[in-house]
Amino acid sequence: MSKASHSSGSSAVAPLVNMPTDSVVIEPRSGWAALDLAELWRFRELAYYLAWRDVKVRYKQTVLGAAWAIIQPLMLMMVFTFLRTVMAGKGAESDWNKTYPYPVFLYAALLPWQFFSFCVAQSSQSLVGSANLISKIYFPRLLIPVATVGVGVLDFLVSSLILIGMMAYHKIMPDFQVLVLPIILLGLLLASIGIGTWLSALAVTYRDVRYVVPFLIQIWLFATPVLYQLDRVPEKWRHLYCLNPTAGLISSFRSCLFGDPLQWDCLAISLFSSMIVFICGSFYFRKVERRFADIV
Amino acid sequence: MTEMSDPAITVENLGKRFQIGTFEKGADTLRESLMDIAKAPFRRLRSLRGSPASKGEFWAIRNLSFEVQRGDVLGIIGRNGAGKSTLLKLLSRISDPTEGRAVIRGRVASLLEVGTGFHNELSGRENIYLNGAILGMRKAEIDRKFDEIVEFSGVSKFLDTPIKRYSSGMKVRLAFSVASHLDPEIMIIDEVLAVGDHEFQQRCLGKMQDAAASGRTVLFVSHNMAAVRRLCNKAIRLERGQLIDSGPAGLQVDAYTRDVTQRAKTGNLSERSDRTGDGRVRITKVDLLSTEYDIPVSTIGVGQPLTICIYYEGQESYLSPCVHIAINNDIGVPVTYLCSRFTSELPGKLPANGRLYCHLPEVALAVSEYTIDVCLQSDNATCDHLLAASNLSVTEDSFYPTGLVPPAAYGTVLTHQSWSSSPLTA
Repeated sequence: MSKASHSSGSSAVAPLVNMPTDSVVIEPRSGWAALDLAELWRFRELAYYLAWRDVKVRYKQTVLGAAWAIIQPLMLMMVFTFLRTVMAGKGAESDWNKTYPYPVFLYAALLPWQFFSFCVAQSSQSLVGSANLISKIYFPRLLIPVATVGVGVLDFLVSSLILIGMMAYHKIMPDFQVLVLPIILLGLLLASIGIGTWLSALAVTYRDVRYVVPFLIQIWLFATPVLYQLDRVPEKWRHLYCLNPTAGLISSFRSCLFGDPLQWDCLAISLFSSMIVFICGSFYFRKVERRFADIV
Repeated sequence: MTEMSDPAITVENLGKRFQIGTFEKGADTLRESLMDIAKAPFRRLRSLRGSPASKGEFWAIRNLSFEVQRGDVLGIIGRNGAGKSTLLKLLSRISDPTEGRAVIRGRVASLLEVGTGFHNELSGRENIYLNGAILGMRKAEIDRKFDEIVEFSGVSKFLDTPIKRYSSGMKVRLAFSVASHLDPEIMIIDEVLAVGDHEFQQRCLGKMQDAAASGRTVLFVSHNMAAVRRLCNKAIRLERGQLIDSGPAGLQVDAYTRDVTQRAKTGNLSERSDRTGDGRVRITKVDLLSTEYDIPVSTIGVGQPLTICIYYEGQESYLSPCVHIAINNDIGVPVTYLCSRFTSELPGKLPANGRLYCHLPEVALAVSEYTIDVCLQSDNATCDHLLAASNLSVTEDSFYPTGLVPPAAYGTVLTHQSWSSSPLTA
């Protein structure tokens, strides 16, 4: 095939105007890239199937199946309650000024915490685990870490049944504040996707991430008001503290379920920082994703 | 919509550079300590490609320009490492080019592997949906074609069995069945036919012929020259990332086959310019010696001893020598690989000029034509790498006691064997 023989119709460089929608220009990219939401939308079914695969695989060949979603936070609740009563001794009782028992208080925070930590842990390893897909076929890479959230959402839904049960048993009724819950969950979703995508992109180049993540999550648990109340953080530090997205979100999650007064300023700061985390995470991902296939 | 006169694919000055172990920007201590991890894949690439270690980069393809017209079935041929796979990866948008550009007009399906994304724990049914979605099919489309896919694959009985219980043949059939029900305008296919049994390969070839006949544009990479000749109407030839020639598939296949078997011109190899390496040591001559008489030959009988003798020269002593020899069949596919490191019998220091010998007690290759690539390394850096430095022609002789040898079409490697029998008792 010689180029000259059919050069009559088209010039050497194809015109970029009037490009049909289904044509693709492959060019070097550099610097920051847009998120290309249109393309993500076009591939939404693949995102669904990747999440569906993870859900299916997770529950195949496990005896207890979905029960694992409940067992983990339940065990943690029991361990931490035990630690509190045994290790902390007498003083622990006196500073408990709530009308509901400590285990319920704990579980209400462990639930969103488990969701967050599970999503971060899973998505940070997702790209490396999908090396074969990345090097053999094209699709928006962002779908891989995002799709891992599917299992986290399912686990969250299953384990919240226990919470509802516990709340019913102790006759705890949420008040109007419960209407804020969807916003809190959205914030939590953004934060876990943001951090997960960022870590997953880092893990492609630096396999060390695999060892850092469990450690990071452990520290993060103590930097989040799960075992304690947000009030325990000195007032002057509280805003700074809520730059940690999980701090304001998880404490607000608990407050709005139990009808404790919501700390709106803390919630706002955490929502804001989870948005920042999400934006930074996904743009960083887009910036480095073109190298994935070459180095994964 | 797309003008019909526009080519389906336009490639202009496309190039892809791989970094070898160095980061583009400044390396702080964290990066330095982590560099080793990132280097690993490239180190492998480098040793495979034999490109000079002193440079921090190599171009897998460069200055590549060609067009593919609508309805063309284009074969891409070239030796291992010629850049075929890199080209397909660029056109499939899997990796980004370093320079140049390509325009693809139409919906693309790329099959660089059969069964991408298959999950062993999932059933056949589930994998059809998963794999279909990964290949770009919509759920509605898969629903519609589901029965057809199952029927073509012939695994309908095991549809709800996890595919980890499938034989590898069944997996391949299921995977190809999904892939062949794609309905793209442009198909990019890499060596998919290298798997599966003969009968299934024929069915796949048939499917691809149908695709071509229905006016689809197909890009096809294969080492199977017969398949390229049969399927493709046009072909391009790549070598070291460059376009060598393009034209009707039959002519290109002929030229390629001729090129592979006849490139080695006996005599002075130091004249050749198509070599890579830093040149500290250079190959000047490669002789094949029939060990019995110690004289250079170009043909050797199967089962007979053979010595490959490499003449080299350099300015200084040849330190930490390592010699690599690849023996390729008549279409350039590696058949076996010899390396002095395997036996570690070479001394650490050799004179500046001399000869290196590789002794083979017997040639266990089918009767056919072979080419021999030679690569000399010093301190793990490539000094000189010559493709097709010599030709080897294996003739009939006695490898097995009967003197019978299999035809090369049945496989090129011979191995000793013994047979026995026993009655079957219930």
